[in-house]
Formats: sequence, C-alpha cells, structure tokens
Amino acid sequence: MEHIPLNFPFLAAMLLVGISLYIIVFKRNLIKLVMGVAILSSAINLFLVSLGYRAGGVAPIYTDAPEGSMVLPVPQALTLTNIVIGVAVLALMLTLVIHIYRNTGDIDSHKSRILKG
Amino acid sequence: MLSRIVRTVSNQLIVFVLIFGLYLIMHGHDSPGGGFQGGAVVASGVAMLLVAFGSGEIIQWLHVRRLTVVACIGALVFIAIAFAGTGTTFFYNFLLGTPIFGGVPPPGPGHGHVWSGGIIPLMEIAIGFIVMAGLSAVVLAMARFSGGKEIEE
Amino acid sequence: MDYLVTHSPALIVALPLLAAFAIPLISRLGPRVRAVLCLAVLGLVAALVAILAVDVHAVGIRLYTFGATAPEMALPGGYMVPVRIMFEVDGMSIFMGIVITTVAVASLIYSLQFLNGQTGQARFYSLMMLLYVGMMGLAFTGDMFNMFVFLEIASIAGTGLAAYRTNMADAVEGGFKYIVISAVSALMVLLAIGILYAQYNVLSIAALAHYMQYTTLDMMALGLLAGAFVMKLAGVPLHMWAPDTYTVAPAGTTPMILAASYTSMYALYRITFTLYGGHIDTAAIGWIVIIVGVLSMFVGVMMAVHQTDIKRMMAYHAISQGGYMLLGVGVGLAVIADPVALANYGRDAMNGGIFHIINHVFYKAMLFMTAEAIFFRVGTRDTNKMGGLARNMKWTAIFYAIGALAISGIPPFNGFASKLLIYQTVLSFNPVLSVIAMFVSLVTLASFAKVFYSAFTGPEMPGYKEVREVPKSMLIGMGILAACIILFGIFPGLIVDTIVAPATEALINQAPYINAVMGAAP
Repeated sequence: MEHIPLNFPFLAAMLLVGISLYIIVFKRNLIKLVMGVAILSSAINLFLVSLGYRAGGVAPIYTDAPEGSMVLPVPQALTLTNIVIGVAVLALMLTLVIHIYRNTGDIDSHKSRILKG
Repeated sequence: MLSRIVRTVSNQLIVFVLIFGLYLIMHGHDSPGGGFQGGAVVASGVAMLLVAFGSGEIIQWLHVRRLTVVACIGALVFIAIAFAGTGTTFFYNFLLGTPIFGGVPPPGPGHGHVWSGGIIPLMEIAIGFIVMAGLSAVVLAMARFSGGKEIEE
Repeated sequence: MDYLVTHSPALIVALPLLAAFAIPLISRLGPRVRAVLCLAVLGLVAALVAILAVDVHAVGIRLYTFGATAPEMALPGGYMVPVRIMFEVDGMSIFMGIVITTVAVASLIYSLQFLNGQTGQARFYSLMMLLYVGMMGLAFTGDMFNMFVFLEIASIAGTGLAAYRTNMADAVEGGFKYIVISAVSALMVLLAIGILYAQYNVLSIAALAHYMQYTTLDMMALGLLAGAFVMKLAGVPLHMWAPDTYTVAPAGTTPMILAASYTSMYALYRITFTLYGGHIDTAAIGWIVIIVGVLSMFVGVMMAVHQTDIKRMMAYHAISQGGYMLLGVGVGLAVIADPVALANYGRDAMNGGIFHIINHVFYKAMLFMTAEAIFFRVGTRDTNKMGGLARNMKWTAIFYAIGALAISGIPPFNGFASKLLIYQTVLSFNPVLSVIAMFVSLVTLASFAKVFYSAFTGPEMPGYKEVREVPKSMLIGMGILAACIILFGIFPGLIVDTIVAPATEALINQAPYINAVMGAAP
C-alpha cells in the first residue's frame, strides 16, 4: 500500500465525476442516465471516505479498535447517509423509467420525448 | 421460477439471511451495522426469494400494503422517541443512565455491549423496520412492474 | 407557551413529518379523517410559525441544538466547534418559513376537493407533508450537511408529486427531469460540502463562516454550490427542467414545487451572504447574479410569449420573475462594500428582491391554481381550445385577472409594490437594467392579457356550455392567496418593515448569525 500516493483516491473520484457527467449529458438511453447518476453518487462517496483517511489509520470502531490512530468517522457517516439517500433516489428514478417505458414504449430520451419548446 | 436446487437452497438460506439482518440491527449501536444495513440485508433476502420463486408466489403472502403499514409504524416510533426527549430537546437521549439501555461500554477492545446507548438502539430497531419493509416493498413493486404482460421476460 | 416558543423550530419540522407517516395509516379510517388530520397539523404548524416569527423579530436569532441538554447550547463546555446538528432561525429563515407555510396551507385546501375520486391520495398527502418538511428544514437548518439531506427530501417528495399522475406520459417525463436535475445538483452540493469539511473540519454554517479563509478550494466549492442552487431555482441557462415539471405537476403541488425552487434561492443567498460574506469579491459576484437575473428575466418572458399551453406559459413567466429577485439582490450584493450606495439604494434593492419572492410565490401559485382549475373542468391546457369560460367560471376568471395584474406590476396589487422598489433602486445603480426590467414587465402584461382574452372572454364555445365553477375548497385555496395579494398590495410598507427588512438585515449583516453559535468559543 505504501507506494500508492495518498491523493490517488481523489484523482480517481474526480475521474469518476467526469465520466458520470459525460454520461448524464450525452447519453440518450434513460437507464444509462440513471447509471450516470449512480456513478456520480459513488464518486462522491469515494471522495468523502478518502477525505477521512489517515495513513495507517484503523477503522473507527469504539469497542474493537486495535492500537493506533483511527480514521475520521464523520465522513463515513456522511457517506452512509449519501448511500441511503442514493438508494431512494435510484429506486425512484428506475420506477419513473419503467413508467416512461410503459407510457411511450421507449427509453431513448430523444424518441420518448413529449415536452418540447 | 428457477430450478428445484435453487429453490431448496434459498429456502434454507433465508433463515440465515434474516438472522444476520436482525443481528446487524440489534448491534447497530456498539459495532458496525445498524438499522439501514440490517434492513437492507433482510430486503436482499426478499429479493433472493423473488428471484428463486418468481414474483407471483411471493406477492400472494407478502403484500405491499402491509409492508407500507410496517414501514409507517417504524417511522412513527422513530419520531415518537425523538419527541419523548422534548422535555429537554428534540432527540435528547433521555434513557442514558437509566436501567433501560443505560449502560456505558468499557473503553478499549472487547466484545460488544448491547445494553447501552440509551435511545440509539431503539431508534436503530425502528429504522430497521422502516428499511426492511420499505426496501422489500420497493423490490416487490418493481418485480410486479416488470412481471407485467407488456414486458417480455 | 414557553415550551412552544423554545421548541417551535423542531416542532415545525417534526409535526408534519409525523403526519406524513401517520397519513397512510389514518387513511384507512376514511378520507374525511385524513383531511381533518392534514388541516389540523398544518394549522398547528402555521400557528407555530407565527409564534416563532414574533419571537425571532422581537428577540433575535433562535437556536435549536438537537439532542443537547439545552436548545441554545451550541457549544457544550470545553468544545471549540459545534458538534451537534442545529437549526438556526434568523430573519431570512423565518421569512422563507412564512412564504412556504402560507403556500402549503393554500395548496392543501385547494387539493382537498381537487383530488376527489383519484387513486393514491394517501401517498399524495404524505408526499405533500414531506415536501413541506424538506423546505422548512432547508430554510431553518444551520448545518451544511443537514441542508443537503433536506434538499434531497424536498427533491424526492417533489418528484413524487410532479409524477403523481403516472398514467400521463408527460407527467412521468416531467418528474424524471426533476429528479435528474435534483440528484445532480444535490450531489454537487455534497461534493462542495466535502471540500469545505476537508479544510475546516466543521459542518455548521456559522462555524464555517467563522473559519473561512477563502482559498482556491473554497472558490471551487462556491462555484459548485452556486451552480447547483441556480440549477435548482431554474435560473437561465440552467432552466430547462422548470417548464416541464411545473406544467405536469397536479395543481395543488405546482405551487409547492415553485416554493421549493425559491427555497433553493434562499440557500443560494445563505451561501453567498452568510457563508462567504466578507471574503468574496462582492462587485464581481453581484454582477454575475445580476447577469443571471437579467438573462432569466429576458429569456423567460420571450419563451413565454409564444406558448399555447397555459401552465407552460406560466412556468416560463416563473423563470422570468425569478430574474427580478436575482436582479434586486444582485444589485444589493454588488454595492454591499460601499456603505453610501448601500444606504442609498442597495438595501432597498435587496428589500425589493426579497419582497418579490413572497409576492411572486403568492400570485404565481394562484395563477397555477386557476390554470389547473380550467384543466379540471375543461380538460385541456391549450389556450387555443378555450373560450368564453368567464361566463361559467366567474371566480376563476376573477382570480386569474388579479394574478395577471399582480404579475405585470399593476397597482394596487402586490407585484407593483416590489417591482417599483426594484425599478427605482436599479435605476440609481444602472438605468439600462431598469429599462430592461420594465420592458419585461410590459411583455408579461401583454402575454397574460392575450391568454385572458382567448380563454375567458369571447363567444361561448359550444363544447363548454355545461362547464361549472370548480368546487368550494379549490376556490377557498385560491381565495386565501388572492386575499394575501390584495393585502400586500395595499399595505406594502407594513409588510416590508415587519418581515422583509429583518430578512435583508440578516443577509447583509452576517455577524449575529455567526456569533449566535461561535460567540462562546474560546
């Protein structure tokens, strides 16, 4: 682990943000769009968790911590909240995609589009 | 519906999935885990049954409406516990130091200490019910959606 | 009474939350019980908001720390930084609270009979309560991460309401656009929160503002936050979702979603004034806000003129009116560093911009309701297919006329009061902007007059002979807002002095907000 630079996770998170924004803006398939939002959510989770990481830190478990410095628990709590919210948002989005497919018979955002102008 | 092997295995496995989920919920306050994680594990068990037995059979005994009621009751209990603290402040941990869940776990490594945490274990249980019922309802509703005639299997 | 004042910030958010989860259970007892419960809870909450407003205006900022030994205890003994989640209610927060609560009450009453005979009503009222919780939490919270959570609650509930009529393809599509925009903007907010937390190790807005260094990373965070909230409040060029979502949402909820947009505007102001106040280049940022405002005003109204769908036209006008608010506050922000200009016209410009929020939410909410009342009876939103409706829908026509005159800034309605403030002050700042604002107002009047003539006057259409006036609860919902519009139009000075000026003061002067939390810090 020592030869991986510590800011590597941040670069990975930013790369994922870039990929997900590309997907959200340019992809026409609605399922892919939902996947883009999921990737964006994961990228930010990665970013938050790596914020709290200290080199050689251990998991912040009060009753089961070996000797040594703990990593910061607050970003992990934030990540957990974001995961919970992400589940709700993704379930809602997929439900709406199902409804769009039922109503228009297509999940291509250009073809199933009714509202214009 | 999948083959007999899958059905038999998942029939046995669901017990362990449920136990693990409930374990996570019960130990949310003194070790990694908690209401959401445990509830999600239980809901994943429901998803497993859905895959193994097909949605038709499961929907007969697991109704979305009943799950909604369970989820709502869980949420009401959660907020009611928070309200019970308004003698001082909302969400105040009024059970701390009392005989009910009032203990303080000894610092340092050791096995968990369930009888601690004040209102937090109670809230974790309430959240566990919300997530268990809520996520199961979501999985069931989606299975029913995609099991419709207009979408091919 | 003391108990109510102390705990009101928590109760205002907790009671509707309790109701949201009780409604699916209560619904089994029948729709009448559910309606009574909804009305009782919102009535009680409205009373609490009034109590809290009086307290905040008389005493000052009210702090509520969750789970602490006392609500005011933001910093337990020995702590340098606040560790608990807290609500911090100042003049601006309570101003948004008043706006949201009034609209919520009117929308609820309007929806009672509007929904008769539809399926899934329990979920509808649940989501409505959740949306209210999300907005109030966003307005009251003093914690960045809490802000993100309430933003997501409001987004999810708003999407559920916008896509409520899932059998209509356009409704689902509008809802989907709303959730995509909301999810992306909320995640951008979370990214910015992560950046801020990495540097200062606190999440409380007051503590962050106290420690703010304004490094390059902070600038990035400001950019992310501003972009996210401008997207959520439908400012041009990030406005594409607004017409679709506003158009398809059922009438009782369009005003709520509209209010949710302006709650995001509140969050934008909170970020720029309180969190970054005193550090940013106010003139440059102020001009950016002004340019976004003018663009919104102009593009919104130009897109609105040629719409044939009545709600879509109103939605574009909503974007355009949002520009006025940004223009007013932007002028204030641009001159905030110059005490003379601030006293001469900056403060009044901000008063105008903030006053316009409450005015606009009221009349636009009422206009959306009239549009949906027509849809309710006639079954179309196409203005070309309407005609002569004033004969049978007298009250709806009157309410529409009041709203149309208010939005165009005609005295004695409330739109005139705030627009006059904006025109006058912007004239001293930059005459060109003022002229643009007046021009946009004229086009607005023309556009609404056109729809009035085509929908309400003229010969009676043969198909609409049997059209009747909408049920009573819908009329009462619109009536509440109409009364507010006229009241605000007749006594604008009183309203500005009592609720708008404290809000402006809270934005301009960030020190009390920070000191309420960090004052006891060693």
